[in-house]
Amino acid sequence: MEATLKPQSAQDVEDAVRWAAAEDQPLEIVGQGSKRDLGRPVQSAHVLDLSGLSGVESYEPAELVLTVKAGTPIAEVEKLVDDNAQELSFEPMDYGPLFGKPASRGTIGGVLAANLSGPRRIKAGAARDHVLGMEAVSGRGEIFRSGGKVVKNVTGYDLPRTLCGSYGTLAVATSVTLKVNPKPETAVTFVLTGLDDLDGVKALCEAMGSSAEVSGAAHLPSWVEGDSSRTLLRLEGFQSSVDYRLKTLKDLLGGYGAHESLDREETDKLWKDVRDLAFFAKRSTPVWRISVAPTAGPQLVARLKAAIELDAVYDWSGGLVWLTCTDGDTHQAKIRMALDAVGGGHATLVRADASTRSNLDVFQPQPAPLAALSRRLKEQFDPKGVLNPGRMVTGM
Amino acid sequence: MPAPDQAVIARRKEILNALQAIVPGEGVIHDEREMRAYETDALTAYRQLPLIVVLPETVEQVSKVLKYCYDNDVKVVPRGAGTSLSGGALPLEDGVLLSMMKFNSVLDIDYANRAVVVQPGVTNLGITRAVEHEGFYYAPDPSSQIACSIGGNIAENSGGVHCLKYGLTTNNVLGLEMVLINGEVIRLGGKHLDSEGYDLLAVMTGSEGLLGVVTEVTVRILQKPETARALLIGFPTSEDGGRCVADIIAAGIIPGGMEMMDKPAIHAAEDFVNAGYPRDVEALLIVELDGPEGEVDYLIGRVEEIARANAASHLRVSENEEERMTFWAGRKAAFPAVGRISPDYLCMDGTIPRRELPKVLARMRELADKHGLGVANVFHAGDGNLHPLILYDANKPGELDAAEAFGADILRLCVEVGGVLTGEHGVGIEKRDLMTDMFSEADLKQQQRVKCAFDEKHLLNPGKVFPVLHRCAELGKMHVHKGQLPFPDIPRF
Ligand SMILES: Cc1cc2nc3c(=O)[nH]c(=O)nc-3n(C[C@H](O)[C@H](O)[C@H](O)COP(=O)(O)OP(=O)(O)OC[C@H]3O[C@@H](n4cnc5c(N)ncnc54)[C@H](O)[C@@H]3O)c2cc1C
Ligand SMILES: Cc1cc2nc3c(=O)[nH]c(=O)nc-3n(C[C@H](O)[C@H](O)[C@H](O)COP(=O)(O)OP(=O)(O)OC[C@H]3O[C@@H](n4cnc5c(N)ncnc54)[C@H](O)[C@@H]3O)c2cc1C
Repeated sequence: MEATLKPQSAQDVEDAVRWAAAEDQPLEIVGQGSKRDLGRPVQSAHVLDLSGLSGVESYEPAELVLTVKAGTPIAEVEKLVDDNAQELSFEPMDYGPLFGKPASRGTIGGVLAANLSGPRRIKAGAARDHVLGMEAVSGRGEIFRSGGKVVKNVTGYDLPRTLCGSYGTLAVATSVTLKVNPKPETAVTFVLTGLDDLDGVKALCEAMGSSAEVSGAAHLPSWVEGDSSRTLLRLEGFQSSVDYRLKTLKDLLGGYGAHESLDREETDKLWKDVRDLAFFAKRSTPVWRISVAPTAGPQLVARLKAAIELDAVYDWSGGLVWLTCTDGDTHQAKIRMALDAVGGGHATLVRADASTRSNLDVFQPQPAPLAALSRRLKEQFDPKGVLNPGRMVTGM
Repeated sequence: MPAPDQAVIARRKEILNALQAIVPGEGVIHDEREMRAYETDALTAYRQLPLIVVLPETVEQVSKVLKYCYDNDVKVVPRGAGTSLSGGALPLEDGVLLSMMKFNSVLDIDYANRAVVVQPGVTNLGITRAVEHEGFYYAPDPSSQIACSIGGNIAENSGGVHCLKYGLTTNNVLGLEMVLINGEVIRLGGKHLDSEGYDLLAVMTGSEGLLGVVTEVTVRILQKPETARALLIGFPTSEDGGRCVADIIAAGIIPGGMEMMDKPAIHAAEDFVNAGYPRDVEALLIVELDGPEGEVDYLIGRVEEIARANAASHLRVSENEEERMTFWAGRKAAFPAVGRISPDYLCMDGTIPRRELPKVLARMRELADKHGLGVANVFHAGDGNLHPLILYDANKPGELDAAEAFGADILRLCVEVGGVLTGEHGVGIEKRDLMTDMFSEADLKQQQRVKCAFDEKHLLNPGKVFPVLHRCAELGKMHVHKGQLPFPDIPRF
């Protein structure tokens, strides 16, 4: 019998997981189904659908703290904070367009479980950097709370952050507390045109090492628009400050050649496209997300280009390489070998059909002692292996 | 503390020989007189001589020491600079004290990638010192930064005045190398920003030496802000001060630092350093704005307006670097200043939601009367992290006990109003027994299960953080009953 369980409270989630553990019935944890195609397909008959756990528990704009139920749609959370002139600074990416699905779907629990972070990652940190507390149900079917509802706390182990990026394989979040930040008054983008990958990333790194307080640093090679490459630097903040810092960037990077700046409206649109990988959305070829030291980004791509056909873009000052293998193959081994050759990092296959994703390592394979430790952690949270089995690693 | 294992103590000679074979020469200290230097950390009320002190110099030695201890059931307490205020590095009578202070090299400075790789014994300020000539710095800035080690910062998730804007240690660490109790060496993260897989970097940061020994750290460095200016603002009531802080944040301004002092602290500081603090105010706020010059000038004006709208009775803006430093001098000297007005004091550390500040200050005054002791308050106003200084005299019978009881009441109050037991000093042994005031049995069990994944024999720093030590086997039990399929009445396919 296949079932979809739709809990309405944390207590219901506890009951459901307790049942699953007692009966050895694995559950697939689902927010809104928006990231179904991300990670490895889950091997389970039953679905635990969290969309019923939705709503704001408390929001204190002056404290910069928001507590919401984990199944709250991310679109609602973003609207709520925006109405209060605040933002989620980690700017979560929307996987809808990349997966050929509708945009603006997904829940806050899913955003954290996948640790989704956008271009502002370089300045503001990742999703995990904005989590303060969590209530969750372990694979044992026990509710536990950790962290707190204040912005400064070192009481006990930092489980909320640890659960970020665990793709629902350790515990099911039922309520999360986040740090929010004031929304910047304005934003501009400084654009350099015509640079090759190496110079583009060099310019980004120079700007990041300056006092301009850059909040987005991406390089889009010429294939994106079909004429010339664009190297993008976003500045956000109070108008007078942005004006001042824009001048700093012009003085610093003027030597790199042609440049222009984009106003807020263009800036918002452009960075949303960068965030959501709009330029990959039209295709169906495999997509990799690769995290490396920023200066290693162009080296990695150059190395791979000698062996395979690909298109790449760079975010995070070169440290986040998104690439798609244009011949349709995943080239897993070549990509991971090239990664090692440029000093290491993490490569994740984010787009491929389900059978491909079940047959290879979607996430970066780990050295044996680290893999063993991760497995021991999983066993402590979910000894029966009932939460999202196989989602991250085969057999776990 | 857990009762010392007499069998281990009886094997001291044998353990000593084994450790000397791993770490040669002066790397093993066993003379009682020399070991005295390690008997306490900055929580000096507690002292204990360790079984043996080991100062390894290489990762291989750390690995071998830990493996030996693991194989022979010997406890290990890691130690950095020993500045912990919660007793995190307090030795055990039946345990080896593992000092990491010989790991003191800066290994790699990579400006292009804004990353620095250091050994764990490098001081917090040492990192900034290594990069400041190029205009960079390491943001988290505990007041102890001149002394405390980056390894200790990782273990305590340390922060300082800059935290509100730049984050704690956890937000500024990119990678670690660590050794598990069984001797295995593990690397987490690196110069890249994100890693897939479980975020073990997150669980290690703030784990108070209970999960592994950090042997290498990669941190993010930032370009120093172009400029910094400060405002000194006095208020007739703490309510006015609290509202001003809230309004600054509501205006979208996140200052580089925002610190508040209450009247007793203001007076003590002013008497000590003559910083020019007003004496006729109930609350004094220092707001520092840092960043590009144009921005700082603009924001100074905004904060001035907000302060006036909140009944500020005293307001000065620093016009030069010297003046800015003078504003800070009193705040930075607040602890020693209070040390002059009282023979002893206990420094507490809890966090509250900021809106509860007036209530908490009022309750604290009542508690002071109840326990018959004075209290002075300095705190990180931006993030609600309080440091009440409880004044007492250790030579008067009963005063230390009263001070500790008062401190526990304050921390319980913090939890009661929605805050937490510790904002930056850690749980250690100091707040260990209060953990049950903040967490349920199930909460604590789940935390201890994390410990079991790393150290199932409980050999690393036992007795710290958790009030009751459960064996991992008993934590592993699952109480699940054969259940009915839940929610019989909900839709399913
Ligand atoms: C037999 C079967 C049929 C399915 N049919 C469909 C279908 O028809 N349509 C559909 O959309 N999906 C379906 N799914 C589920 C789909 O695979 C999930 O959508 C996917 O795992 C992620 O959910 P999400 O989009 O809500 O992503 P998000 O909510 O964004 O979640 C992303 C990740 O976070 C985890 N997660 C989400 N919320 C939490 C939380 N509160 N605590 C911890 N972890 C959390 C998820 O497990 C996932 O790993 C089916 C699954 C199975 C097994
Ligand atoms: C005057 C003063 C002011 C202070 N101000 C602040 C402040 O503003 N903010 C703040 O956050 N703290 C502050 N502290 C507290 C203290 O400085 C910090 O907690 C600091 O991080 C401790 O570092 P340490 O190297 O001294 O560690 P130690 O005291 O030696 O150890 C602390 C803990 O870390 C563990 N540990 C140490 N090194 C390692 C390692 N390599 N691997 C694994 N575990 C390890 C120990 O086992 C112990 O549990 C202050 C302390 C003093 C004395």
